[in-house]
Amino acid sequence: MIRLENITWAPPGKGRAPILDGVSFEIPSASYAVLMGRTGSGKTTLLEILCGLRAPSSGTVWIDDREVTSFPPGERGIGYVPQDGALFPTLTVREQIGFGLRMRGVPAAEIEPRVLEAAKGVGVSALLDRLPPGLSGGERQRVALARALVVKPSVLLLDEPLASVDEETQDDLMELLQRTQREHHITVLHVTHSRREAEGLGEMHFRLEEGRVFAKPTLR
Amino acid sequence: MSPVHRVSPFWIVLGLVAAGYLGFWFAMLAATATYTSPGEVMEVLLSREIRYATLLSLVTCTASALLSAAVAVPVGYLMSRRRFPGHALVDAALDIPIVLPPMVVGICLLIFFQTRAGGLIEQAIPLTYTVGGVIVAQFVIAAAFAIRTMRNVFDHLSPRPEQVALTLGATPAQAFRHVTLPAARGGIFAAASVAWARSLGEFGPILVFAGATRMKTEVLPTSVWLAWSVGELEQGVAVSLLMIAISMIVLVAVKMTGERV
Repeated sequence: MIRLENITWAPPGKGRAPILDGVSFEIPSASYAVLMGRTGSGKTTLLEILCGLRAPSSGTVWIDDREVTSFPPGERGIGYVPQDGALFPTLTVREQIGFGLRMRGVPAAEIEPRVLEAAKGVGVSALLDRLPPGLSGGERQRVALARALVVKPSVLLLDEPLASVDEETQDDLMELLQRTQREHHITVLHVTHSRREAEGLGEMHFRLEEGRVFAKPTLR
Repeated sequence: MSPVHRVSPFWIVLGLVAAGYLGFWFAMLAATATYTSPGEVMEVLLSREIRYATLLSLVTCTASALLSAAVAVPVGYLMSRRRFPGHALVDAALDIPIVLPPMVVGICLLIFFQTRAGGLIEQAIPLTYTVGGVIVAQFVIAAAFAIRTMRNVFDHLSPRPEQVALTLGATPAQAFRHVTLPAARGGIFAAASVAWARSLGEFGPILVFAGATRMKTEVLPTSVWLAWSVGELEQGVAVSLLMIAISMIVLVAVKMTGERV
């Protein structure tokens, strides 16, 4: 479950207009929600506040009945997939996927089987020894998804994950995202400006406009 | 030739300015290179004093480059990633050694090490008029160039992977150590190389703070100055040619990393 209560964020400096102006919404557990909004509307800022990468000016963030507003990013139980995947430039796919497990002190013997399982789940088993520069846009997003899922988050935050791939790859990734959400019973917030993605994926739809979030009737 | 392929006079004028500037430089280098014979150059470079100055230059430049990189990596990262009250002021202050006349830096060093705080450091490590002083005089200026280079390197590395690392449970230090630092390897080499090259040419602060004693604190720029001051032009030219050759090697090494400095 994700719940935002009256989130406000304004850039530093006196008299600057708020980007987010009292954002409140709730996404029930194991739902696939899509947040739409124009470029520059504050979608990424909202995700950064959910991730703990940016502190809100006011308001509270709840994840699974825990108030996490002041929690560091690693303790919120979230997985984060940014627009271009943001893979670690010098790590192999195997190291990328195992990164979260290593940082959490999981014993080395447990890491490899969990990496293999996560890689298989998103279809990148054949790429484990490759480095990011050798991967296509779709492969990068699959690796980023496996890296986020391997630590078993309860919430998955996707920031325009299909923006930099062609339509055919988009279809494959949309199918993968839906399957992943069902299999992991995970709460997903998928941010996009694409109506095609929103129609193809979301059970719930929200729109970010002029700093506020509005629930929309389902598009499907 | 079609209008599309015709080169505009505007670009021709700009090309002429660039060619004129580079041509002037090559003419100076060529004149210096042909001023004396290869035999005379080798004789000077193999002399006991110049061999000592060369070795001291190589050792002190390497030490000051390593020290500069050790300071530039954390400071460059801080200035690139964090905004804090007074950020612009700190940013400007970091450039002070770049704009200060080098001789003034030497005087500041000399005066500081006469103070109580400086005296305490001197008691632990004697620096004034020593080889250690040569390294410190090189470091205080070279580090500013290395910091500017590292900041530029970190500015060009997206912070997104570090942020993802934080969501995966890494601390800021772990994200820096495992994600950013390996990606900045080329940049660190470039920053150290810039500091090294800058140290090689340093003269004013070394002369004031470490002195110009033969077989003790004499580095290559000091050799050129000592030779020039007694009218031994061939010796000064020979050492200058050695310094040009070393600088070219460093320039090529930096360019090969692909970093902009």
